[in-house]
Amino acid sequence: MGRTIIEKLWDAHSVADLGDGSHLLYIDRVMFHERTGSIALKGLEAAGRKVRNPEQVFGCMDHIVDTIPGRTDETMVPGGNAFITTTRDAAQKAGVNLFDLGDDRQGIVHVVSPEQGIVLPGVTLVCPDSHTCTQGAVGALAWGIGSTEAEHAMATKTLVVKKPKTMRVRFDGQPGLGITAKDLILRLIGEYTAAGGGGYAIEFAGEAIRAMPMEARFTLCNMAVEFGAWTGIIAPDECTYAYCDGRPFAPKAHVWEQALAHWKTLPSDADAVFDKEIVIDCADIVPQVTWGTSPQHETGIDGVVPDPANEPDANRRQSIERALEYMDLTPGTPLEGLPIDSAFIGSCTNARLSDLRAAGAIVKGRKVAAGVKAIVVPGSSQVKLAAEAEGLDAVFTEAGFEWRESGCSMCFFAGGENLGQEKRAVSSTNRNFENRQGPRTRTHLASPAMVAAAAIAGHLTDVRKLEQS
Amino acid sequence: MEKFIELTAIAAPLLRINIDTDAIIPSRELKRVSKKGLGTGLFAGWRYTELGSRIENPDFILNQPPYRDAGILLSGANFGCGSSREHAVWSLAEWGIRAIIAPSFGAIFYSNCVRNGILPVILDDERIATLADIVSANPAENRIAIDLEQQTVVAVDGGTDTFDITPADRRMLMEGLDPIAVTMQRDDEILAFQARDRLKRPWVYL
Ligand code: SF4
Repeated sequence: MGRTIIEKLWDAHSVADLGDGSHLLYIDRVMFHERTGSIALKGLEAAGRKVRNPEQVFGCMDHIVDTIPGRTDETMVPGGNAFITTTRDAAQKAGVNLFDLGDDRQGIVHVVSPEQGIVLPGVTLVCPDSHTCTQGAVGALAWGIGSTEAEHAMATKTLVVKKPKTMRVRFDGQPGLGITAKDLILRLIGEYTAAGGGGYAIEFAGEAIRAMPMEARFTLCNMAVEFGAWTGIIAPDECTYAYCDGRPFAPKAHVWEQALAHWKTLPSDADAVFDKEIVIDCADIVPQVTWGTSPQHETGIDGVVPDPANEPDANRRQSIERALEYMDLTPGTPLEGLPIDSAFIGSCTNARLSDLRAAGAIVKGRKVAAGVKAIVVPGSSQVKLAAEAEGLDAVFTEAGFEWRESGCSMCFFAGGENLGQEKRAVSSTNRNFENRQGPRTRTHLASPAMVAAAAIAGHLTDVRKLEQS
Repeated sequence: MEKFIELTAIAAPLLRINIDTDAIIPSRELKRVSKKGLGTGLFAGWRYTELGSRIENPDFILNQPPYRDAGILLSGANFGCGSSREHAVWSLAEWGIRAIIAPSFGAIFYSNCVRNGILPVILDDERIATLADIVSANPAENRIAIDLEQQTVVAVDGGTDTFDITPADRRMLMEGLDPIAVTMQRDDEILAFQARDRLKRPWVYL
């Protein structure tokens, strides 16, 4: 019987079968950031342990650092400075790579890794951050871990991992104009719940994925964890190889040829069997937006806020009731037209160059609605430079958006800068949890173009109604 | 790491689904690069009346007298989803929670528990609802007994449920092992793997 891509990567990295469904897996790359990586590095140091292959460990300053121009080690996050300086000192002592403030490779770890060619098809990569699944988009087995596991991976070059069940999610058909990877993944989560992928490693496949450019694939895999999955992966193809070719840490010359030959063996065999299969028809997906406090609380922009009374399952009903209270929404309210206070374009989900281009095309020649705070935070310093080179910064600032330095910024609230108490935000990020973007901030998730359209209109709106200029 | 062999404790029902790690410990509560001092930040958004305040919200279950001494949490599906922050587990442990019973867990959270002496127990929804009814009737008396060796959960109604856990996780918890030290016993295998792999996949090695 054939093997899935997940099994192929698993087998190639299994150092030992521990006999109970778990394996000792070889870890090719470890990434970290100053929020959780600092604790892992300090933990190793305290235990007198060394990083085994420091050249294969990479860190980014992204979570705590400010994104306002002219930033320094001082940050608006209370106590944040210690995370930055501890990480820097510990990284230096351990001899690992660090993309620090001021380095033009700095940025959000999951954007930087593929950009620099650190994650590659066929590798295992872990990072103490739940959105590590983003990096599965190049055909790698990449998953989020805790700080203690990060210590383990750095010290031993391995992790003990329970073999996941496998699922294939096939996106059939072609999405319509203006429909993005974000809409596809939100639809999947809305349909099958935020726990729908629980315990699975998921291969995203199908016609729509094959036609999808690399950057959109990252968006899709980014939210595998919001689907409850252990991780997501997309089989590498010509699009992947073209993306990886020439990246700073990617293999070169004859080694590249060797790598390529290996990568071509990775896709799931035709007769491979998955533990579960799901098919999503992309043809009738409209732009999606969330109305509640879980990514599963979502609907099309043409939809209305649901009535909990119609939900037969008691747990889900309660979750909807709580969400509506938190979001200050009443059942039956149309999402189209819901006034917003802020619009945030950023995060490892949707702040790559193509995302900024899509949002920029909506914003160009228009103005942000009065009273709306609108912010763009590029996913990496490289993205920022590339966007500036094509004048996107001016497009945004002329419209009234703030143009920031790269980092996680207000994707999450850590006690510092935020989107405001009880303010309604539309955001290109991945989590609409309570207090995620600020104290009692009410987050609606959507694609970058939808966020841009809402910023201009001053309320949630169907981006397809705004003509691109 | 503290060993987990058996536990009989007050159980607090917090039957919401998708309780994420931001809810367990809000990001703003992580003020130092440390695994300690996180107990007071546990469920801060629900436990205190206002943001940043330490005035207790009397409605929140862990603020109510018998449950202040809870050692077990009963919860809804997908407990610990969201951010990978291990602080969620450190804060639960520091507050006094030693076991969590839920229909399912966030994957990263689950492994973080095992590595920090907290036992995650998977039981089905209905049984958890029944357990919640039993303990609510008399929280201080109707304690729940968990035996990791037998892999059982026993309630005062006499009902005994068994749960699954991998032998490796069970051993780690029961013996309070240091996972890195355990793995290092296989160091020869790891180094041999690496030597072979370097020839097979030279493109991985920087
Ligand atoms: S951008 Fe947001 S989701 Fe992504 S790594 Fe940063 S905080 Fe996490």
